[in-house]
Amino acid sequence: MIKVNYFARLRELTGKGEETLERDSMTVAELLNWAEETYPGFGADTIQVAVNEEYALKDDVIQSGDVCAFIPPVSGG
Amino acid sequence: MKPFEIVETPIDVQKYMDYVLHPSAGAVTVFTGNVREFTHGVKTLYLSYEAYIPMAEKKMAEIGAEMEERWPGVRVAIAHRIGELQISDIAVVIAVSSPHRKAAYEANEYAIDRIKEVVPIWKKEIWEDGEEWIGAQKKYPEKGVERK
Repeated sequence: MIKVNYFARLRELTGKGEETLERDSMTVAELLNWAEETYPGFGADTIQVAVNEEYALKDDVIQSGDVCAFIPPVSGG
Repeated sequence: MKPFEIVETPIDVQKYMDYVLHPSAGAVTVFTGNVREFTHGVKTLYLSYEAYIPMAEKKMAEIGAEMEERWPGVRVAIAHRIGELQISDIAVVIAVSSPHRKAAYEANEYAIDRIKEVVPIWKKEIWEDGEEWIGAQKKYPEKGVERK
């Protein structure tokens, strides 16, 4: 299973801070597609994915046990 | 305190200055980012910041390492506050010491630019008549520009 975290606009859109996907592995692109289909208005094309607290590329493979986070455009400072 | 940290209470700037100061440091620059009341003519009531805390602290530490590589001899501390912040509250502090002042100024500016690029922290502006999560790639809301 793969754990995913939501923050900021995405936490409000999904109504949750985190959830678990019952998957053994998937690519970052597949995760983004899943999110877009599951949550209309997700805006996957503006969102980066972090896998185990590191920015990941679209082709990177997420494995069961990994912790992912959707990172919308940041606005700290 | 940790030299790179997310905090939920008011930022004590002196702590971070003290951390970077050492006998070989001839200069310390301190930057604070503060909550501004008006952005593009729209009055902000307060801000709400949120972070992916473990990754944010890790990314801030990486920025510190980049600075030490680029400006040898600098010592860095960065703290960002999350939660609800009122007008003029300090959202972020960056303290940089260096043997000479030029590197301390340059490295400090580099730090805030990088924070705004890569550190997973998000700001929501709360106005009298609405609210919005702010993101760099997002166009500023139209109504925000029109209102005075």
